[in-house]
Amino acid sequence: MESGSGLLVRRIREGTVIDHIPAGRALTVLKILGITGREGARIAVVMNVESRKLGRKDIVKIEGRHLSPEEVDKIALVAPRATINIIHDYRVVAKRRVTVPDIVEGILMCPNPSCITRVGREPVKPRFRVVSRQPLVLQCVYCGTLVSEEDVAEQLAEGG
Amino acid sequence: MGSGSGWKGRDVISILDFDRDSLEQLFEVADKFSSLLRERGRIPLLEGYIVALAFFEPSTRTRLSFETAAKRLGADTIGFTSEEAISIAKGETLADTIRMLDSYADMIVLRHRYEGAALYAAEIAEHPVINAGDGKQHHPTQAMLDLYTVRKLFGTIDGLTYGVLGDLRYGRAASSFILALTIYRPRMIYLISPPLLRVRPEVRMVLDERGMRYREVESLEEVLGELDVLYVTRIQRERFPDQREYEKVRGSYRVTLELLEQHARRELRILHPLPRVDEIAPEVDGTPYAAYFEQARNGVPVRMALLALIAGREV
Repeated sequence: MESGSGLLVRRIREGTVIDHIPAGRALTVLKILGITGREGARIAVVMNVESRKLGRKDIVKIEGRHLSPEEVDKIALVAPRATINIIHDYRVVAKRRVTVPDIVEGILMCPNPSCITRVGREPVKPRFRVVSRQPLVLQCVYCGTLVSEEDVAEQLAEGG
Repeated sequence: MGSGSGWKGRDVISILDFDRDSLEQLFEVADKFSSLLRERGRIPLLEGYIVALAFFEPSTRTRLSFETAAKRLGADTIGFTSEEAISIAKGETLADTIRMLDSYADMIVLRHRYEGAALYAAEIAEHPVINAGDGKQHHPTQAMLDLYTVRKLFGTIDGLTYGVLGDLRYGRAASSFILALTIYRPRMIYLISPPLLRVRPEVRMVLDERGMRYREVESLEEVLGELDVLYVTRIQRERFPDQREYEKVRGSYRVTLELLEQHARRELRILHPLPRVDEIAPEVDGTPYAAYFEQARNGVPVRMALLALIAGREV
């Protein structure tokens, strides 16, 4: 799991390790999880380490925290090949890959300012269908606008 | 003619929601209405129906064409022609306006300036919603009457070479026509526009996915001699988010008689969703090239066919 980074950061006792994050996206993952560093929890961020799968990757370790399904869905959008490792008593007790759902609802805003989902008080949730997973391309169900993986990452990095 | 099980009660949001068979059925019913209209002014299949014409954005042609279609079928119409006329101006949401209309009418014809408004309305309304144009995205009933016109002119939609000229980025009639062609097998589609007004990526994606032969070009002269159909659109100031962009491209294209006589095939037919401003010279109107007035006339029988099929009425 941590080849090449095992010496950099020691193991955590309880919590979550998010592995196989594309290089440079670790800070976006922290943003998605609302982690600022001021919460008091021990966080390790390892960036740009060698990876057989990705060439280079980032890893995030969070002590004492487990992720909600919504958080996992958001992470899938910026790190579609990420693995989530649940750590208990220093051991990986569960390991799962994230999956991008077929329909992404209520997480992202449509970038098209004249999309009906952008109209102030309309009770409509933005909804996107997945056009491609590799690379990630989403399409707004309402206005048809295509959204790239970079757009998604940028939006989630901004919005948290 | 059967009532069309695939049509009854359905929403009309995007031209891509339809296949050849359902469009062919629509065109056959439109043919029937065309000939019936020559004999009598009213074919009262929708007696007792109320069609809501919810035009949140000004439109004369599309609204009058729907209103005429509904009235020729014996239906009553209710509605409004701008946001100012209704509670939207007081802050009411589109969702609430649609709920209100849904409780009064049997069908809702919607024109709105935001993309996706028709789909959103269809999710809210129990009665069928017909998209009469939303934002720069879809204008499916225009595309239906455009295809119908080509079919009447050439006896086929397949195998022809098409040129679509003008604002392919913001113009919903152009986008819908291009998408409509992907339901058929055109020989070639030329997308003719300044670089600023090229088709949007989502339209290009459909062309690619459906294996269309198409090419994006800037010069009309370059391809005019190959075309069977030239679909001209107006470059609309109101669709541009940035008026400086509009100023760069306004008046980029003008189809003149001289140009046509120099370059076009005699069989070429020109379509235009109208209104036009100066993109087609008036001298072209009296020539066999001009098919746009016939195209406009076809709006009523096609929309009559649409309303009757959705209501499940037999012709």
